[in-house]
Amino acid sequence: MMATTRILEGLGRFYIGLLLAFLYLPIIIMALMSFNVSPFYQLPFEWTTEWYASLWQNDQLIAATWNSVEIAVITTIICVVLGSAASLALYRYEFRGKKFLQALLFPPIAIPWLITGTAMLIFFFGVGIGRGLHAILLGHVALALPYVIVVVSARLQTFAPELEEAARSLGANQWQVTRRVTLPWIMPGVIAGGLFAFAVSFDQFVVSYFLATPGQTTLPVEIYAAIRKGFTPEINAVSTIIIVVSMALMLLTARFFKFGGEK
Amino acid sequence: MAAATASRSGLRSALPLLAPAYLWLTVAIFLPLSAMVFFSFMTELPLSGKPWAFTLGNYAAFFSQSLYLTLLLASLRLGLEVTLWCVVIGYPAAYVLAKVLKGRSREAIFLLVILPFWSNGLVRIFSWAMVLREGGILDTALNAVLPFKINIDLMYSYPAVIIGLVHSYVPYMVLTCYLTLQAIDDSLIEAGRSLGASRLQVLKRVIIPLSMPGLVAGAALIFVPVVGSFMEPRILGGRTGTFYGTIIEDQFVAVFNWPLGAALSFILLAVVLVILAVASPVLRRAA
Repeated sequence: MMATTRILEGLGRFYIGLLLAFLYLPIIIMALMSFNVSPFYQLPFEWTTEWYASLWQNDQLIAATWNSVEIAVITTIICVVLGSAASLALYRYEFRGKKFLQALLFPPIAIPWLITGTAMLIFFFGVGIGRGLHAILLGHVALALPYVIVVVSARLQTFAPELEEAARSLGANQWQVTRRVTLPWIMPGVIAGGLFAFAVSFDQFVVSYFLATPGQTTLPVEIYAAIRKGFTPEINAVSTIIIVVSMALMLLTARFFKFGGEK
Repeated sequence: MAAATASRSGLRSALPLLAPAYLWLTVAIFLPLSAMVFFSFMTELPLSGKPWAFTLGNYAAFFSQSLYLTLLLASLRLGLEVTLWCVVIGYPAAYVLAKVLKGRSREAIFLLVILPFWSNGLVRIFSWAMVLREGGILDTALNAVLPFKINIDLMYSYPAVIIGLVHSYVPYMVLTCYLTLQAIDDSLIEAGRSLGASRLQVLKRVIIPLSMPGLVAGAALIFVPVVGSFMEPRILGGRTGTFYGTIIEDQFVAVFNWPLGAALSFILLAVVLVILAVASPVLRRAA
């Protein structure tokens, strides 16, 4: 009986190893190919960094990268401010329709981006907002905001309201209570929410794709266009950079926010 | 006491904090979704300068031309297949994570499993092109090992689309199942075992029923975006990669028939909402 358990556990570990291989091998191969000399991905492997060097010559790609970074940073700032405020309100006050407002956060997360993206395209075009970077920013904030509110609200669940009560009874006004007591407590949630928002925006492809114009695109949109023209090691190089950046970002997020509710 | 302060303050105090966020969501999500419904009943875009009128023609097109229905069914089938593979691959992994691994190694591996999920989806789909194409890694590796020559050319095929999508979404299934599995008290499993139930019986009678909310949540979270996917079939499916999502994409970026695209999008939205509604009782029980 013990032996069977041990064998099953061993099999389980082996299985997890297989899953990790499935998840990471393509990414690793893609990264390796970005350092391979052959532009047609021919083996044997010969080391080079020329594809990374040629990225620097690609003005279009560099412009798109800056757009992506800029939009992600602005999205993060807006989402953190608006999202934290909304979370605080939802935590602190009771009012009719609160459940409804909380439920409204899920359509943006649950509805496929294809639908949201095309709907934004139609509406922004119809009311004269148009397409371009400003429209992309408008869309990204809306997509990331519910995530920030959910993450910050989760952190607020662990907050003891007696602390606010105590501060108030010691003579602090509402603003002082918020700034000195509540905000420091929820800060890890705010930081995690901000990193989430950055990741949602920086990796966003679908919505950006429908809202981009030829001169005003983001990096994923530019990569998609390049992929559809044909595969080149340059795409591997820029993809490798993206994947390293976004994984580093999520590792950072994990430091502030425990996924999966570990006990 | 906190509740007393809270109800006293009410909506008036909450409004200034809530308004900016919800105003933004209204302008960028809820109004666009409403506008999409509105546009789907039009013959032309009102802004194009051409005369326009209300019509049911866009919906009539969906029901009269079998192409659209066929593609919607193909997308639903794709969603079903990908979801099933994610259950088959993800559930055992979630079980091992929740019940076999302990402590720091569990934390580290859990993070490793969900990490790719948060990295760029487009790039991960592209990475499969490196593996699956003829003369790609899978091909070369197998030919190096096997004594006979084989040609693996999965690229631009239906299986390639499935593989890419399962790779993209399986971490979701692991995540949701892990959450419900780790909440199952080990003593329940031990009790079942000590009462003479076999491992299989415990799995069937205790573990799977108790983790059902995680399975349903994962299935909904995977099925919905897969049915609406277009970039994955385009990159990995090539000419075989025509699905409902790619037809919608075409209406907006190639054919420029926005009203038809809006109608097709809205039909997809309706299908998605029905699926979420069916799944929601199970999900609510979990919460």
